[in-house]
Amino acid sequence: MSTTTQQPQVQPAPIPALATGRVVRNRIASVLVHLAFAIAVVPLVWILYSVLRHGWNLLLDSGWWTHSQRNINPERVGGGAYHAIFGTLAQAFVCAVIAVPLAVFTAIYLVEYGRGRFARLVSFMVDILTGIPSIVAALFIYALWVTTFGLQRVGFAVSLSLVLLMIPVVVRSTEEMLKLVPNELREASYALGVPKWKTIARIVLPTAIGGIITGIMLGLARIMGETAPLLILGPYAASINTDVLSGNMAALPTMIRENFGLPDQPAIDRMWAAALTLILIVLILNITGRAVARFSGVRK
Amino acid sequence: MAAVTDQFAAPDVPVRKTPMGTFDLVFRNASLAAALFVLVLLAGIMVSMVVGGWPAFREFGLGFLTSSVWDTQNEQYGAWPAIVGTLSTALIALVVGVPLSLGIAVFLTQLAPPWFKQPVSTAIELLAAVPSIIYGMWGLFVFVPLFAAYVQIPLSNLVEGMPVVGTILYSRSPSGLGILTAGIILAFMIIPFIASITRDMLDQIPSVLRESAYGIGATTWEVVRHVLVPQAGVSIIGAVMLGLGRALGETIAVSLIIGTTNGAFSWSLFSGGETFASKIANNAQEFDTPTKAGAFIAAGLVLFVLTFVVNAIARIVIERRKAFSE
Repeated sequence: MSTTTQQPQVQPAPIPALATGRVVRNRIASVLVHLAFAIAVVPLVWILYSVLRHGWNLLLDSGWWTHSQRNINPERVGGGAYHAIFGTLAQAFVCAVIAVPLAVFTAIYLVEYGRGRFARLVSFMVDILTGIPSIVAALFIYALWVTTFGLQRVGFAVSLSLVLLMIPVVVRSTEEMLKLVPNELREASYALGVPKWKTIARIVLPTAIGGIITGIMLGLARIMGETAPLLILGPYAASINTDVLSGNMAALPTMIRENFGLPDQPAIDRMWAAALTLILIVLILNITGRAVARFSGVRK
Repeated sequence: MAAVTDQFAAPDVPVRKTPMGTFDLVFRNASLAAALFVLVLLAGIMVSMVVGGWPAFREFGLGFLTSSVWDTQNEQYGAWPAIVGTLSTALIALVVGVPLSLGIAVFLTQLAPPWFKQPVSTAIELLAAVPSIIYGMWGLFVFVPLFAAYVQIPLSNLVEGMPVVGTILYSRSPSGLGILTAGIILAFMIIPFIASITRDMLDQIPSVLRESAYGIGATTWEVVRHVLVPQAGVSIIGAVMLGLGRALGETIAVSLIIGTTNGAFSWSLFSGGETFASKIANNAQEFDTPTKAGAFIAAGLVLFVLTFVVNAIARIVIERRKAFSE
């Protein structure tokens, strides 16, 4: 290395300050964005806070979880939400029993077997189903169940309309998870001589099962909150009814509506408490679903 | 030749006779059947709505959509107020909700520190899961009284007598209910939805683009406006349309807050009104005989077509964007 040349230190040219206009616009935009965030988040948090505040003390009473509203007038304190909780859970369970196999197999078809226009059509239609308002799904089941077949409005009919709403959610998330399973896994399986169905059933599905369960739980959370199908197909009942195929069955959203707008304080309390129960169930499902996704299976 | 093949021939491997075993066929057909069933379901919805609603359209023709008279006694059905109500609440929801959603998304992706971003994003996604009846309850019991007291009454007193603004913002009996309030509650319902999707879109933009922009001296706002938004732009439109689809179909919260209408059309934002969904919901009690349900099914058909179109456009827009950037 030469020792002679000492380059004269070149002073870097001073960086010109930003034009004021740009700085000002940046500040304004920053303030607006912060403001937008605050304006949007405050009511959302406020909702949860309101429901919590008005509803929590009834939930602490063990009777809430074990009794129904039989013989309870709006002015009377007492009774519980067991009939509604049971109804919501039962209808969701029946819906899941029907919707999950359908949805998972549809997703399997779309990912593993489908090629070409038919698969694209099915995929497009699943997307459309995602956007169908719950009241339209309920009207369809009404037209089918009541108008065409002349049957009574029962809990099972509600479950059917919930099936329409749950299928797209589960199809989409199952599809995503199946696509995430690396192809190398499938190819290794085929190379070992495993038939295709066994590859899917014993290798691909178990790998993706975490995300699939998440999708199912998110779907359940969605349908448990749906009120429109209950309005059209599931009239309220104050007593416990464990039969999905006959009689009116209560559910949390209809219990809320039942106590809605009444001037008696016990009724108001029950309304908020039912709302809190519903939110709790939905949130627990959501959080558990996400936790399952995080701790298992294929990562993105 | 024989020596070579002998060397590589495996001793006892059974040769598969058929390329696809029998159960393979069963499994494949089961999946196919499931996919077909989903298609059939959607087709069934379309067919049943058309069949159920057709008598109403056949009897009133396009008048079903333009007439304002809805009289169950005299079998006169006109859905014009429902159309106005549906479109105006959805429009208000978009006007209020989209800027706020974009604000949240931009805030979370660009301005928030990482320790803040993760929990808040999860929180917003959880908020999207809150059932709409809860929004309706909160709207009715908490928001509406405050709105009436702090916004509606002062505004009414202010604009009384003014020419144009006077009609739009005036309310004769300020109860806090009405189209504007319903639109605002709708906005709160679609904000978590649009914000989550937009945040995902913004996150997916390669950071190379952002860093290059910062590297040549752009301010944060300029990066957002000139780099991020154009890049994610079309997908944002898709997300907005999905939110619009949800706003159009929202039933419970709207029916609780939109108030009543006596059929007379009014320009005021604070007047009551109805949307297709709320109309159907409010009359659901009468659905025990199929005869009365006919016109409501027709209303449901209109709603279905509306949401179908909006969702189709949204998906096409998003798909084209995805294909373009891959």
